[in-house]
Amino acid sequence: MQLARVIGTVVSTIKNESLHGRKLLIVQTLDRHLNESGKPMVAVDSVGAGVGELVFWCRGKEASFPFKREDTPTDCTIIGIVDSEKHVTNGK
Amino acid sequence: MILARVVGNIVATQKNIRYENARVMLCQQITPEGEDTSYSCLALDSVDSGVGDTVLIVQEGWSASTASTGKAGAAIDSAIVGVVDRIDLLKSL
Repeated sequence: MQLARVIGTVVSTIKNESLHGRKLLIVQTLDRHLNESGKPMVAVDSVGAGVGELVFWCRGKEASFPFKREDTPTDCTIIGIVDSEKHVTNGK
Repeated sequence: MILARVVGNIVATQKNIRYENARVMLCQQITPEGEDTSYSCLALDSVDSGVGDTVLIVQEGWSASTASTGKAGAAIDSAIVGVVDRIDLLKSL
């Protein structure tokens, strides 16, 4: 799992049927110092996250498990919202 | 599996139901010599590790899910499955 900041949304009308009703968000992965790391990605939301929030996402096949299992084509899903930046302890 | 050092943890109230009662630890990957790499990740704890511990992290869904929640099929891609006591390297002998 990786920390990330939600930096935008994606609108897609024609998509796989099992993605209907799902929210697609653009996330920028962060390192442990909350600095940007790597390129932004599109993630499926499973917890009701919104733009600007600090979240964490899960990669790979496991990303489809919050939904009807193995039915949703995703390799990146937001699975939690970090309460605030202060709730990320890093060596303190 | 990768070697990492636990550097902290995160608190999330709104999260996937399978993460209830789990500790999400912030981990920094290290080389066998103990130096930081550029990779850090979040992992669920299954061995009561703490900040400063050198740990083993498994990054495969079935193993990570089973180790940290006791059951497969959760949205978990990384879990701490061991605390490292020591590492012996051929070149340091």
